[in-house]
Amino acid sequence: MNLTLKIWRQKEAKASGSMETYKVSEISEHMSFLEMMDVLNEQLINEGKEPIAFDHDCREGICGSCSMYINGEPHGPDRGVTTCQLHMRKFKDGDTIHIEPWRAASFPVIKDLVVDRSAFDRIIQSGGYVSVNTSGNSQDANAIPIPKEDADNAFDAATCIGCGACVAACKNSSAMLFVSAKVSQLALLPQGQVERKERVLSMVDQMDTEGFGNCSNTGACEIECPKGISLDNIARMNRELLSAKI
Amino acid sequence: MSTLDSKTPAGPIKDKWTNHKSNINVVNPANKRLIDVIVVGSGLAGGAAAASLAELGYNVKCFCFQDTPRRAHSIAAQGGINAAKNYQNDGDSIYRLFYDTVKGGDYRSRESNVYRLAEVSANIIDQCVAQGVPFAREYGGLLDNRSFGGVLVSRTFYAKGQTGQQLLLGAYSAMSRQINKGKIKMYNRHEMLELVLVDGKARGIIARNLVTGELERHSAHAVVLGSGGYGNVFYLSTNAMGSNVTAAWRAHRKGAYFANPCYTQIHPTCIPRSGDYQAKLTLMSESLRNDGRIWVPKSKENVEAIRSGKKKPIDLSADERDYYLERRYPAFGNLVPRDVASRAAKERCDAGYGVNETGEAVYLDFSSAIMRYGQEKANILHLENPSKEKIRELGEGVIESKYGNLFQMYEKITDDNPYKTPMMIYPAVHYTMGGLWVDYNLMTTVPGCFAAGEANFSDHGANRLGASALMQGLADGYFVLPYTIGDFLADDIRTGPIANDSPEFLEAEKETKNRLDALINNKGTKSVDHFHKRLGKVMWNQVGMARNGPGLKEAISEIQKIREEFYKDVFVPGTTNEFNPELEKATRVADFLELGELFAQDALEREESCGGHFREESQTEEGEALRNDKDYAYAAAWEWTGTPRGSKMHKEELTFNDIELKQRSYK
Repeated sequence: MNLTLKIWRQKEAKASGSMETYKVSEISEHMSFLEMMDVLNEQLINEGKEPIAFDHDCREGICGSCSMYINGEPHGPDRGVTTCQLHMRKFKDGDTIHIEPWRAASFPVIKDLVVDRSAFDRIIQSGGYVSVNTSGNSQDANAIPIPKEDADNAFDAATCIGCGACVAACKNSSAMLFVSAKVSQLALLPQGQVERKERVLSMVDQMDTEGFGNCSNTGACEIECPKGISLDNIARMNRELLSAKI
Repeated sequence: MSTLDSKTPAGPIKDKWTNHKSNINVVNPANKRLIDVIVVGSGLAGGAAAASLAELGYNVKCFCFQDTPRRAHSIAAQGGINAAKNYQNDGDSIYRLFYDTVKGGDYRSRESNVYRLAEVSANIIDQCVAQGVPFAREYGGLLDNRSFGGVLVSRTFYAKGQTGQQLLLGAYSAMSRQINKGKIKMYNRHEMLELVLVDGKARGIIARNLVTGELERHSAHAVVLGSGGYGNVFYLSTNAMGSNVTAAWRAHRKGAYFANPCYTQIHPTCIPRSGDYQAKLTLMSESLRNDGRIWVPKSKENVEAIRSGKKKPIDLSADERDYYLERRYPAFGNLVPRDVASRAAKERCDAGYGVNETGEAVYLDFSSAIMRYGQEKANILHLENPSKEKIRELGEGVIESKYGNLFQMYEKITDDNPYKTPMMIYPAVHYTMGGLWVDYNLMTTVPGCFAAGEANFSDHGANRLGASALMQGLADGYFVLPYTIGDFLADDIRTGPIANDSPEFLEAEKETKNRLDALINNKGTKSVDHFHKRLGKVMWNQVGMARNGPGLKEAISEIQKIREEFYKDVFVPGTTNEFNPELEKATRVADFLELGELFAQDALEREESCGGHFREESQTEEGEALRNDKDYAYAAAWEWTGTPRGSKMHKEELTFNDIELKQRSYK
């Protein structure tokens, strides 16, 4: 298929950017979206031009690197996938595709489609862990049975890959889905109980410091999340926060 | 040629590690504050090491090329992690895990290291649960296990198909805690481009800030490389796009011997290639072989009918199918080790039985498991005479709960529904067992330079068993290195900070800058990928699943040719002092072009078949790999002398005192 691509180009963080138009042809429907971008970049390099910078690594939907805002949706029109798992069969010959970086004040652009998501790291650093040393002298793994339902729910929350699609999808650029996924995972497990209150307080505090917006229950984050992290986590985090405060 | 000393402690194998820990030098807590350690890589090995060393009190600087340590490629591991817990009461033990790993590695690993790995494996699970890693559990609330290839017990712990992610997030959380305390200084989007030696010891690195392009000199008292494997020398592999050999290779060029580069794991269950544009291959977890049966049609007529679309796989009756693993290996069946399963798939496809257009695919079929689980579920629900459709529906539900995310991934990539039609799979490069040679303390031949996880060579011999990579990465990082590094650093308590403006650092920085400038100023006509793809093709065709003498010689001269052309004709756009992904690729491919040659040379030298290394000249009458223990029971450690061709081989003789050397059999 032949496609017209309108892509955000920005030389560096301080430069101003603009949408540029490119054409690609003979794109196979079996290609992934990023393989289509590879074809475009190879084309640009052969013309002696600068290729488009974008983050990507594992290309199997788990590392959370890729971050393209495609036709107004993080990770594009398919559901439950990251950009690297999106395939060209979701598009038609002759389509025009708009490709932008994540848009959020807390995720400043580094170059073209690459953004700085280190705010997520700082939120985790503020308390998104259980404070145990890696001594290997902890108690036996089966010493505390955990109800399967709790373990499964904790796992579902823990599948977050930290890509930031939730922030990009949100009209408020809220990071509540990301933060609540970690808060939930640890609140659901016995190992997380000791620091339960402190954790939610510091993580929410850091989230606010980073400049992420508030949650207004629109639910776009849940729909666009490639791992299907549920809004229930946000409700749980609000409960955790409230009970930590009183 | 010299002989290498692994410095394995004396005594019975089960006491070696305990005694060694009691006897090696220790740095006292106050002195640890005076010592800096650089860790390159933030995966299971690097991340675990960084966190543990910081907890002990060392000042850690950790480097990763990704935008955050949580994205290291360990995250993509799917199936699970082994540990000798014997929770299933099926007779597992430290000895059995040790034995399985040595046998699985086709008797080409170091006994003492493998035993230690098995010994600390149980602690890993305890540690991870304490960190809040959500492993799969049974209804009683205890941990669940499953089985992997090459073993007869259930010792694999898992978190659906995302075990690597959950374990890495555990290590990442431990790191985050230390970053918050200021004990780890994290350098994201930084790539190590050179190792710096001062007075013969590893004392720092030259790293490039990938955002600004600036070169930085970082000093420390020791350098730990947890930089992963080099499967991307094949261009197409299951590794992440950024996975590379550069950190290990630069250390190699500075004196760290590179051991057994030819030992590569070709994973049997990956999604087949679909076209030339393809950038990487996707793995389907080995755990699927617990429930999937692998087959191709028995007759060529049916192969043709399937390829031309006249028949579908489900149209073939059971006796029209050749379940070739069950036929050839009745004892282990679909759960033979990876090297055996891969070669068997290649054998059938080479014989003309491949089931897709390219002839390079076999089926992985879940229909038997779906019906079996469906029947079990129907019994539990006390359904009377349930219809076949009902059983199938229930069974699909059970399969979904076990492998849901893998099935979804397959469907997204291929547009086929694996619940209704068998998956198509084919082997692909997945893991490299070779790596930097290390002694029992995990130190390379450069004093002060350590290697952990996939970056070293010691634990998996010529073939790695499933669910053992995660185990080794975390064992090295959490439980081995934090002890053994003290043995080296104990001499450094009075050294004081290492200056980063000594002539050695300035020289290394200048040399690195020249290298980058040369690439940018080359202004050739072909992209970096052009050369990488050509290298990959030579590697796959001549140095891949089956190798022979003439082919390997040809590969060596081909790779030399590609390397020459690369330096003449590569085009790297942009400048050095900016965010420039093409320049990053260029430095990595330059190193792959040297490694590739050494790889082929190592394969040429080893005129036996063992594990993943299959020399066509050395096979049994049934086509199984034939080892030659008399001449090749050693690890080949290569010393850099200026060119890959001139590399000098040193041997570490492998002695087996606690396991009898036998021809491996899974029949």
